[in-house]
Amino acid sequence: MADYLDTLIRAVEDADSSLLLQEAVKNLAEARLEGAIPTLIASLSYNNPGAAVAAVDGLIQLGEPAVPFLLQLLDNHNYTARAWTIRALAGIGDPRGLLTLLGAATADFALSVRRAAARGLGMMKWHWFPDELLEIAQAEAMDALLFVAQEDDEWVVRYSAVVGLQFLADAVAVTYPEWRSQIQSQFEKMAVKDESWAVRGRVWMAQQHLQAATQPQTIDNQPSPLSSMDWQRIMEGLYGRKGQEREVLAEGDPRRYRELVVAIDPKTGDA
Amino acid sequence: MDNESSIRDDNQLTVEQAIANLQGEDLGLRVYAAWWLGRFRVDAPEAIDVLIAALEDDDDRTNAGGYPLRRNAARALGKLGGKQAVPALIKSLECSDFYVREAAAQSLEMLGDLSCIPRLIELLNNQVPGTLPAPEPPQLTQPFDAILEALGTLGAIDAIPLIETFLDHFIPRIQYAAARAMYQLTSQATEISNQYGDRLVQALAHPDLQLRRAVLADLGAIGYLPAAEAISETLAENSLKLISLKGLLEKQLLQTTPPDLSPGAIKVMKLMDALL
Repeated sequence: MADYLDTLIRAVEDADSSLLLQEAVKNLAEARLEGAIPTLIASLSYNNPGAAVAAVDGLIQLGEPAVPFLLQLLDNHNYTARAWTIRALAGIGDPRGLLTLLGAATADFALSVRRAAARGLGMMKWHWFPDELLEIAQAEAMDALLFVAQEDDEWVVRYSAVVGLQFLADAVAVTYPEWRSQIQSQFEKMAVKDESWAVRGRVWMAQQHLQAATQPQTIDNQPSPLSSMDWQRIMEGLYGRKGQEREVLAEGDPRRYRELVVAIDPKTGDA
Repeated sequence: MDNESSIRDDNQLTVEQAIANLQGEDLGLRVYAAWWLGRFRVDAPEAIDVLIAALEDDDDRTNAGGYPLRRNAARALGKLGGKQAVPALIKSLECSDFYVREAAAQSLEMLGDLSCIPRLIELLNNQVPGTLPAPEPPQLTQPFDAILEALGTLGAIDAIPLIETFLDHFIPRIQYAAARAMYQLTSQATEISNQYGDRLVQALAHPDLQLRRAVLADLGAIGYLPAAEAISETLAENSLKLISLKGLLEKQLLQTTPPDLSPGAIKVMKLMDALL
């Protein structure tokens, strides 16, 4: 098995044309071997879309073991690879990617990144979350997706938010029916107001789905492989995010002026 | 409303300033103003008037004899939708600069006014005196792809025999433009038009990524539904595949009454979902 893997990896390293590289990465991805993860990750940075598509598919199939590698690559700020990395994280749905996806969906400057993250937010492996984290995680995902659906300038990102919201509406149908109604009223607005016909079309499809689906279907029952340390980190991240949001005070709140005074005070130094 | 918010994003220029710059002395500012008016869709009559005037500019010349300001003005006029630009753009099809003719053909396609068809056919036949070839290899005599695409969109059925001769052009990009036009011009007979659509689908497997990208745009422009799966599997950026599929989807949405969805629309959206 190790020899086989070595041969496949060497084919990627030795590929001297974009077509050969594409083929080699595809073969490596299809082998479904965890040892292939570093090479698949590396091929996200080659600026070869064919190879990157194959590598992302392979990483999504390998799933959870690829997540630490993907998160590490994001930390390295490789812009070429970032969109593909987010796409892989979104496809895997691993909760360790949640914070990254929340930030990427709402604030990344690249539309391909926002697009991939928005879909991923709807398709988290929610059944892995412990009860005490599920509510805040889903609430954050919904806030982010509603924001993107209303505010993003790019049709494809709003389209993706509709897809994410459709999946989220299924996930919360039993636990938080009022959230599902909130998603549906967002859809009603977009169905007539979104400036892109493609987005409106996707909203109509989501509405049909929500009308038809009475039972939320569980896709897999595989148990969570995450450690208590992982959950601790995710929880801190989510509470950190919540905390940041609370600092945004309403217009006219007197505390805004106090903070403004501090901010423009030359003695504090960071204005 | 969308235009206004876009304009506010660019605090370099106002509409008045851009119109003034376009008539000013600074050549750099003039070229930028022409682009800017198109980019932000400033369709005020005075903006269109100054852009039409810029189509006859003689001040801004490249070393090779090109007219950068005329190119930008011609491109902008297509985006602004003012039919009063049509005669001036038809005149620009006689310009010696290859890229001015290319921009004019594209803009005439966007404006959708059929009066330009005879001149486009003459240009496709290379019968317009004073036109110079493209300055770089393969030094085409005319911007054939832009002309073919315009004739297809404008429904120039009389041009079919001439367009067919380009299906075997030595440049693949031009073959595809001809196939795209033939698809549009034969749309009354599905089995005939589909053979041109299928030709484009086959081209999605071309080894050159640039060409695959161009064909994705062609298929999106004609909204050819049987191409849906092939588009989603093309070895190219997902962003481009999504834009192409959006073209297919929007054509499907026109065929039903909202919010009803055709089976084709649902199929395309499922493919799009997987590319996000």
